[in-house]
Amino acid sequence: MNTSVAVSHHHGPASGISRWLFTTNHKDIGTLYLWFSFLMFLTGGCMALLIRAELFQPGLQLIQPDFFNQMTTMHGLIMVFGAVMPAFVGLANWMIPLMVGAPDMALPRMNNWSFWILPFAFAMMISTLFMDGGAPNFGWTFYAPLSTTYAPPSVTFFIFAVHMMGISSIMGAINIIATILNLRAPGMTMMKLPLFVWTWLITAFLLIAVMPVLAGVVTMMLMDIHFGTSFFDAAGGGDPVLFQHVFWFFGHPEVYIMILPAFGIVSEIIPTFARKKLFGYASMVYATASIAVLSFVVWAHHMFTVGLPLAGELFFMFATMLIAVPTGVKVFNWVATMFRGSMTFETPMLFALAFVVLFTIGGFSGLMLAIAPVDFQYHDTYFVVAHFHYVLVPGAVFAIMAGAYYWLPKWCGNYYNETMGKVHFWCNFIGVNITFFPMHFIGLAGMPRRIPDYALQFADFNAIATVGAFIFGFSQLIFLYNVISCIRNSKPASDRVWEGSHGLEWTVASPAPYHSFSEPPQVK
Amino acid sequence: MIKTILGFPALLLFATASQAAWEVNLPRGVTEVSREIYDLHMTIFWICVAIGVVVFGVMLWSVIYHRKSRGAKAHNFHENVLVEIAWTVVPFIILIAMAVPATATLIKMYDNTEAELDIQITGYQWKWRYQYLGEEIDFFSSLSTPRDQINNAAVKGEHYLLEVDNPLVIPAGKKVRFLLTANDVIHSWWVPDLAVKKDAIPGFINEAWTIVNEPGVYRGQCAELCGKDHGFMPIVVEVKAQADFDAWLAEVKQADQDKAAEAQKSWTLAELMETGEEVYNKACLACHQANGEGIPGVFPGLKNSPIALGDPGPHIDVVLNGKQGTAMQAFRDQLTAVELAAVITYERNAWGNKVGDLVTPAQIAELKE
Repeated sequence: MNTSVAVSHHHGPASGISRWLFTTNHKDIGTLYLWFSFLMFLTGGCMALLIRAELFQPGLQLIQPDFFNQMTTMHGLIMVFGAVMPAFVGLANWMIPLMVGAPDMALPRMNNWSFWILPFAFAMMISTLFMDGGAPNFGWTFYAPLSTTYAPPSVTFFIFAVHMMGISSIMGAINIIATILNLRAPGMTMMKLPLFVWTWLITAFLLIAVMPVLAGVVTMMLMDIHFGTSFFDAAGGGDPVLFQHVFWFFGHPEVYIMILPAFGIVSEIIPTFARKKLFGYASMVYATASIAVLSFVVWAHHMFTVGLPLAGELFFMFATMLIAVPTGVKVFNWVATMFRGSMTFETPMLFALAFVVLFTIGGFSGLMLAIAPVDFQYHDTYFVVAHFHYVLVPGAVFAIMAGAYYWLPKWCGNYYNETMGKVHFWCNFIGVNITFFPMHFIGLAGMPRRIPDYALQFADFNAIATVGAFIFGFSQLIFLYNVISCIRNSKPASDRVWEGSHGLEWTVASPAPYHSFSEPPQVK
Repeated sequence: MIKTILGFPALLLFATASQAAWEVNLPRGVTEVSREIYDLHMTIFWICVAIGVVVFGVMLWSVIYHRKSRGAKAHNFHENVLVEIAWTVVPFIILIAMAVPATATLIKMYDNTEAELDIQITGYQWKWRYQYLGEEIDFFSSLSTPRDQINNAAVKGEHYLLEVDNPLVIPAGKKVRFLLTANDVIHSWWVPDLAVKKDAIPGFINEAWTIVNEPGVYRGQCAELCGKDHGFMPIVVEVKAQADFDAWLAEVKQADQDKAAEAQKSWTLAELMETGEEVYNKACLACHQANGEGIPGVFPGLKNSPIALGDPGPHIDVVLNGKQGTAMQAFRDQLTAVELAAVITYERNAWGNKVGDLVTPAQIAELKE
């Protein structure tokens, strides 16, 4: 994005393609991550639109059930590992050094490698669509034995792709931790860190803790498929439920990996546009840490119907309900930050406000899902689909959008088009709600998830959801256009960019020079 | 005024019609447990609504009144220990209030004792098998919606995708225990009106139970992704009064005997081909496809396959006993001797396969012994 930049007298970016292939610059790598994640967002989005188009009416119209399952699987995997996670890593790469006053990430060469693994991992995973037997078709949660004994041959490529994504994430996480712990400017104490940095520090520890677990579970699958073990096969003394325990021990912290940095972004944006300091900074840090710790002891709430013993069921119900407390604290803090502020509603703020409301709605349905006896009715229905899309789309994705608009002027040196930004926001806001709110209804009324065709009583809400999905999907092109025109030519941005901006990233020039903080800044 | 002119019945009719199209909530269901779950669901829903009204209310107030364009000046407070403790403790208390009734209901749901009838439910790709323990009743239940309706070539019926050939029949007012397992992958047996959802896991047995007092028909679906036709394996439970249930038991046993006798009569190739095609469409078509060509890389084709064209022995073996480590199931118990003989004969003589031989029901009946 910083194409015309090289203000410093140090060496600037290399020219041509080698700049991007061999770069060790955190800003370049952040840009690569962000563009890559946007590309994956559009790819996974096209798959979602294909799914929604098939579900527009009852009956099979466009695609056959096996391909439908491939689409739901690939959509989930691409959105989780290809869109949301790399987008947060991209933001971390760009912003963390600027926020802590560091000249670059602590491990720049590893940084390059962390990114460049990803395009290969996803190329391999997407290539399975063209293989004999098709792409993985067992859902993004790939429960055994559907993903082992009964899987298409392409499952092996899927396993290696997941390994590569895991390696990339772990290296990215190590880099972020090393940067935050070692490269802070003098005077930047831990309790002065911007919340985005704090949430990412905690997220990085989660990543290091659970990505090896994911690698473990896919390796066990690989062994079962090719080397005659029976980890997940009861006939050989194994246990299919073991798969779910291991998977969700990774999977639940993973959902917080996708939301904690979003909390951080929103905690940066709301104070800026409310022109008031964040309420309860310390409690925000403690709440984030307690959510992270709790995320390790709630995994079996994804498995309430597998036949857990009563005591297990109760433990996981109580632990899960407990998460509502720190999450509530966060929401209250955001609202208290707005209270008696002096608010304006630029695009980043609109996305952040929508985040607070819609993420909270996702939190409410989460609380309902935590109640084990009732979960027997909700489990594996569209109610769950509605829940996790509310926390992931107007949750994680809106926060990423908010962050992108918020820092875009700092990255490019130009303001984006505010009107177009607002149009994009309202299309997103309306589209998301039309898509996902009716899913609560059809889920409660009894529609299971992951089905290509449904009974007639679900027809109306499905048709509505499809319309919403197309509004949401195509409105991303407005964003794309806005970003490109912001990079090319637009109103130059001031260094502070926003009236209420706060933090070190706003002390450097706009656009941020290729090398920043060669001399560490003093933080008072 | 208008309401009284239209009359109550008309209104009721309208209400049910629109409800069918716009169902937005959990069903209350027909069991004690399902009603308790419904009440719990509604209680927690309203608590969430109340919290939402307060939180979003304050937020909306700030958005409207504390905006710069109205001349609002930012205040300078950014922490308050008392408030922060309050909004940590109060939610905690609310959570305890939710957890108490939830725990009580859960304990009740886990009481699997003192069942009066045990039924083993086995999930297969993509049908259910019901075995009445101690009654020698054992049958499969699969989707009965015609393929034409799914492919939009015919008008969809009222119970589209929620209808089966052989429903599970249980007696009213009796505690029925379900023992759930699976033959291949994980399935999940779910009937919303009974509030029973339990995973059927290969190699393990899960328990669930229900007592339904009102005779009626209750419909559900498989809830765990189990492969290609996961969306096409519905569940239908028919609850009958005890006398009707007993009559049904006798009827099913008689029908089983009749089928066994049929195997001993002599069949012509044409008869077997006709029956075979019906059986194929019901039991084999989902994987091997109508044209017998399968799905390359996933399900092998039967057309021109060496097994279907070769010696009948291996062909009979693979149909009866399945093939370990693949999606090919053992059909020995799923189909009668006549059906097995017919479908094997059909596979050997359809889609240009012209072996011309005839696998007799008597031959299969002997193998099934």
